[in-house]
Amino acid sequence: MDTLSSLADGFLIALTWQNLLLALLGCFLGTVMGALPGLGPSNGVAILIPLAFTLGLGATPSLILLTSVYYGAMYGGRISSILLNIPGDEPAMMTCLDGYPMAQNGRAGEALSLSGIASFVGAFLATWGLVLLAPQLVKIALLFGPAEYFALFALAFATLGGVSSSNQAKSAFAAMLGLGLAMIGVDTQTGVPRLTFGEVHLYDGIDFLVAIVGLFALSEVFIFLEHRHGSAEADTRKVVIGRLTPAPGVLKACTPTMLRTSALGFVAGVLPGAGASLGSFISYSMEKRLVDRENTFGTGDPRGVTAPEAGNNAAAGGALVPMLSLGVPGSGTTAVLLAVLLSLNITPGPLLFANNPDVVWGLIAALFIANIMLLAMNIPMVGLFTRVLMVPPRILMPIVAMVSFVGIYGISGSSFDLLVMIGFGVAGWVLRKLDVPLVPIILGTLLGNTMENNLRRAVTISNGDWWTLVDSPLSITLWVIAFVGFILPLFVGRVIRARMHARRDEEGAISD
Amino acid sequence: MAFKYIRMALAVAGLGMAASMAAAQSYEPENPECIAPANPGGGWDFTCRQVGKSLQDLGLISKTMQVVNLAGGGGGVAFAEVVNKRNDDNDLIVAASSATATRLAQGAYPGNTMDQVRWLATIGADYGVIAVAADSPVQTLPELLDQIKADPTAVSIAGGSAVGGWDHLKVLIAANAYGIEDVRSVKYIAFDGGGEAVTQLLAGSVQAFTGDISEAKGFVDSGDIRVIAVLSPERLPGEFADFPTAKEQGVDAIGANWRGFYAPGGMSDEAYNAWVSKIAELYASDEWKEVMAANGLAPLDLQGDEFQAFVADSVAKIQAISREIGIIK
Repeated sequence: MDTLSSLADGFLIALTWQNLLLALLGCFLGTVMGALPGLGPSNGVAILIPLAFTLGLGATPSLILLTSVYYGAMYGGRISSILLNIPGDEPAMMTCLDGYPMAQNGRAGEALSLSGIASFVGAFLATWGLVLLAPQLVKIALLFGPAEYFALFALAFATLGGVSSSNQAKSAFAAMLGLGLAMIGVDTQTGVPRLTFGEVHLYDGIDFLVAIVGLFALSEVFIFLEHRHGSAEADTRKVVIGRLTPAPGVLKACTPTMLRTSALGFVAGVLPGAGASLGSFISYSMEKRLVDRENTFGTGDPRGVTAPEAGNNAAAGGALVPMLSLGVPGSGTTAVLLAVLLSLNITPGPLLFANNPDVVWGLIAALFIANIMLLAMNIPMVGLFTRVLMVPPRILMPIVAMVSFVGIYGISGSSFDLLVMIGFGVAGWVLRKLDVPLVPIILGTLLGNTMENNLRRAVTISNGDWWTLVDSPLSITLWVIAFVGFILPLFVGRVIRARMHARRDEEGAISD
Repeated sequence: MAFKYIRMALAVAGLGMAASMAAAQSYEPENPECIAPANPGGGWDFTCRQVGKSLQDLGLISKTMQVVNLAGGGGGVAFAEVVNKRNDDNDLIVAASSATATRLAQGAYPGNTMDQVRWLATIGADYGVIAVAADSPVQTLPELLDQIKADPTAVSIAGGSAVGGWDHLKVLIAANAYGIEDVRSVKYIAFDGGGEAVTQLLAGSVQAFTGDISEAKGFVDSGDIRVIAVLSPERLPGEFADFPTAKEQGVDAIGANWRGFYAPGGMSDEAYNAWVSKIAELYASDEWKEVMAANGLAPLDLQGDEFQAFVADSVAKIQAISREIGIIK
């Protein structure tokens, strides 16, 4: 049990008063930054790097502070998703789908604490995965060439039907819109700028955060303005907070979901080309395919909250595997952490575990500590968070607008991005009027580019032979899952739904 | 023009002071700021943060260097911002590298040229390497290039930059030097960063990797990949001495990814000289030597006018090869 004794050493390193305080500070700041729209984990970590340097912290304490911020932000992202329908960061987007409806049904407290628990389970299992499986998991990452990545992304898009429950055509339209937006920018495979109209700000493509904040947060503000102008405050919804902790029955019903999606999210995190957003997305849509027999996903199903939260927190842990053992960042945040490691004169890569065991195991121990701290911090604070709902919209909405503008300007320091964000806000408002779901747009933008690049890499490597896409057992498996996930619900869905109709009362009792 | 007189006076003063370093230090940036023209985590970000930290550790600046990430357009957004809005900011420096020169050469910063800013100094260079997987039958650079010569479709080379970017150009420079006529036939696959490209080399998706030493170092130490050529004029010092240069294998190709800084075009001579001497002092310090060693940065010591001429020269060279491969007309 070499691993366990190394881990124990790690705890010895991590468990000093200074490190515990740093972890606490990191968790708190991370949660706040995650909750604010626009400020995500990667900016959160970047903002605190100077603090770590100014305090003159060593390698291990710096990493403890920064990874606590990372995990904290992954927790915090869900708060604004659930309460305001505004994702705090990219991976928290899927939590909007069921979290916000739950809050509207008067179950905000329950949704928050449930998602807190799901985050804990996801991150906890992922950290164990990191401890026990890191060396083996690297081999999984090496199984994925461009063709396999393309199949994986195709799989994600094939299960897109899971996202919007209402109109499949509209969600396909939204996804296409997103894919179109992803085309903007310099094409890396030819070096030619596409759809940029000579505007240098568009060369890198559209920043997802700008799109998310515009589509979700600003359009919410616009909708509010419109309503206020018309029917005024008469239809202000009655605020019901409901119970703060989930009923044991609900928790029990969600446990299998959490375990499944933790595993799925973890694997998505381990793949350097995938990341947390794909993790939470696949977790949600797979879970919907698996357990949503009565079409309750999207209307405030607790399982729809736990699935993406467990998934994205597990992916956050998973993303540390390639970062530590290959030196390849699996997400924007791990790229920042990687840069910190480098500037602390630590070279991540295959030899990190052998050369700097104190750093690695101290870091892993810190992850466990941060995770437990976050759970302990988040559950009692649920009551506090839900107070946000009590704030009348006429006060809340200007704050949302302000935070959006400051957040986006803070990332890029460019007023061009603010204009793009306003553009997205108006587009989001129009699309909401047309009942077009917004999540597939972001997914298209987020995944479209990588998907296209991998397709073209694969085909270029094979000198234009398209059969390369189904050339390995792994890619064939992924294609089969994608195919089944796409076709099966079309034919079998109706049959199952009819059969499940009879059992609805029974299950309804459990999930309530 | 009163302004002109002031500038002349400053220039004269600058000349007088250039003799003594201490006098040039008289300018002290009040709010030192470094723009990293990319998102946190990349090479430019590292340049800003590491230099900012070391400058402060050495007491060369009294306040913490504020690092601003101004991503977009492969550095073009930051370049335009500096030229248009911050042109006379004396406290500002901007991280740059060969990628900046490459994009300036290819006209990828619309409407901007290298003369619009003042080039300060380098802090080292990352020499390019060409590597293969440890179990590859290819042992030397000529072997690899012979394979490409015989059948260009058989060898895929992965790199972290876009097509036309620096990682791509390095291979083309080598191929060109070896007498491969149509360099456009060389199959280059662009990945998102050197790390991802190395991973794909390990996964066996591609046959060779082109990138910087710092990207390859960890994998060489672990024995996963083999560097078949480093594109430096002579063998590198220290632990990199084992890498054969392309030159000694008969391929006269040099590719250095320098890292350094530029400053706004309207920066006063006093401030410019102060920044140049601060970075020079940093470069000469033992602490920086350690940073360079740990990160695989090779010596490249260019300051002030010398650096300005160096950038102009590399822009001209890159323009020539870019024309050849059809990136620019």
